[in-house]
Amino acid sequence: MSTVISSSDANIRRIKKLQINNFRLYLGIFIILTVIFMVLMASYLTKSDPIKQDLMNTLQGGTPEHFLGTDNLGRDVWSRLLYGGRTDLILASAAVLAPFILGTILGAICGYFSGWVDTLVMRIADVVAAFPFYVLVISLVFILGNGVGSIFIAITLVSWVAYARIVRGETMIVRSKEFIEAAQTGGISNRKIITRHVLPNVITQAIVYAMSDIVLNIGVIVTLSYFGLGIVPPTPDWGRMIAEGQQFLAGGYYALTILPALAVIVTSLGLSFIGDGLAVALRVKR
Amino acid sequence: MIRFLVKRIVLLVPVVFGIITATFLLMHATPGDPALTYLGNHPTPEAVASLHHQWGLDKPVTNQYFDFIGGLFTGDLGSSLFYNETILKLIALKLPPTLMLMVMGSLFGIIFALPLAIWTAVRKDKFIDHLISLMNAVILGMPIFFIGAMGILFFALKIPIFPVGGYGESNLQHLWSLVLPSITIGLGLVPLLVRSLRTSVIESLDSEYVAFARSKGLKNRAVWLKYALRNGSISGISILGIQVGYLAGGSLVIENVFAIPGMGSFLMSGILNRDFPVVQGATLTFAMLVVLVYLFTDVAYALLDPRARFK
Repeated sequence: MSTVISSSDANIRRIKKLQINNFRLYLGIFIILTVIFMVLMASYLTKSDPIKQDLMNTLQGGTPEHFLGTDNLGRDVWSRLLYGGRTDLILASAAVLAPFILGTILGAICGYFSGWVDTLVMRIADVVAAFPFYVLVISLVFILGNGVGSIFIAITLVSWVAYARIVRGETMIVRSKEFIEAAQTGGISNRKIITRHVLPNVITQAIVYAMSDIVLNIGVIVTLSYFGLGIVPPTPDWGRMIAEGQQFLAGGYYALTILPALAVIVTSLGLSFIGDGLAVALRVKR
Repeated sequence: MIRFLVKRIVLLVPVVFGIITATFLLMHATPGDPALTYLGNHPTPEAVASLHHQWGLDKPVTNQYFDFIGGLFTGDLGSSLFYNETILKLIALKLPPTLMLMVMGSLFGIIFALPLAIWTAVRKDKFIDHLISLMNAVILGMPIFFIGAMGILFFALKIPIFPVGGYGESNLQHLWSLVLPSITIGLGLVPLLVRSLRTSVIESLDSEYVAFARSKGLKNRAVWLKYALRNGSISGISILGIQVGYLAGGSLVIENVFAIPGMGSFLMSGILNRDFPVVQGATLTFAMLVVLVYLFTDVAYALLDPRARFK
């Protein structure tokens, strides 16, 4: 009798968990869609130029003209937040897509065929993973030079490893399943098996990871810009805004630092919610 | 155990070799000429050529590679272009603060994360579990330099408990000036630690020996302290080992925020001064550090849990 009660208990708990996490998923999607809408519609949401300086009106509080005030060079903070977000988000998404595709293909090939290709790629992955993420990305950007293109290449060169490892592991599990064996016996080409039968079964894990990977990318992009190694001024960007604002923290101008940081946090939070929600909805273990 | 150790070290050789090769390729086989970057605008061809000769860049790449590896075996990592000192000496000087920061950061991370993990585990799926997981997601989204900047604002400027930055003169001052940076790194670790610790605490609470202990009439608090805390801290050590990459990256950022003269500031100064040997040496050191910590964690884990030796 007691087992019956506990199993239904567990069921109720599971459904509750699913609901809570689905709520998170929808909340996350809502946050991210709002952020995307705002940064894409920036030119409609503000009339101010994000890089136009106005040295007569520096460090202003909120005014009808600049509703979040101006920074130390008299630039409109609201406008810089919107356009800065556009720079960071486009770069972070691009820098998640390339490693996602590269890592997934490599992982599927390694997991499916094993053999020397697998050994070689996984040893390279071990070496890349031995370097701390920030250290390697910063060194690569140093070699490649500042700017959006370098950041994109640097992150791609480092991040594919995680996807390759995840997809490889999943592929090795799927490979031993009967339907793959059936397809092989049926004479279907390996390429078709990988694209039609293996990838659809392993890609969910990679998608869930991609959500936390974008958060990681946003972190490293704003950190690079914070140290003046990333996006080249005057292009607005959240990291640079925090770095510049920080000089005026002691003077009591908190908004200049807090607002861009809040933008980073809210965006990351939305992405984390989507990741958590997806993991539950797609029944992916993390 | 000795067999395990030997096997583990042999497996390490290709990775270490790969790290050395990758670092070499990073600095030597990339577009751009270090001599041109070093000399700046309008260098004379003679100056470029003499620098090339001085750094051995006029030799074939394969020779440069073997020179580099030969140098490593004798501890010769070249000299800094900026400090006029050998890289090895500089690293010996810069490594201790970074190691100290990483150790103290881990300690604070465990101190913050363990109670939270136990709390969320025993109140699984309750309000507090969701609240802490929300808090973790917020911390995860905070850039670590921002946490550091807020720490400086509140606990160095508003309420002057800690120094704004720097490393002090005496050992005691060193330690004191590392507290706020370490707390920052520890806070950054919390979301990563709580998630994995929570799982391992839940596992140990669901286990048969805990059920047995409870059936003997052991109170909740005793179970939590005796089993959850102990098992949690053992798995905490191995999780920290996995997170050493984060620790290293975090100290790279935090050292620069707090102006601590460690490996992170060393790497950053190398980048700002276009000091190629410094960047090369620092990158290599960071990677070697990570690999060594992986090794130590594996060995420590095998000592604590004999089953791990036969995996």
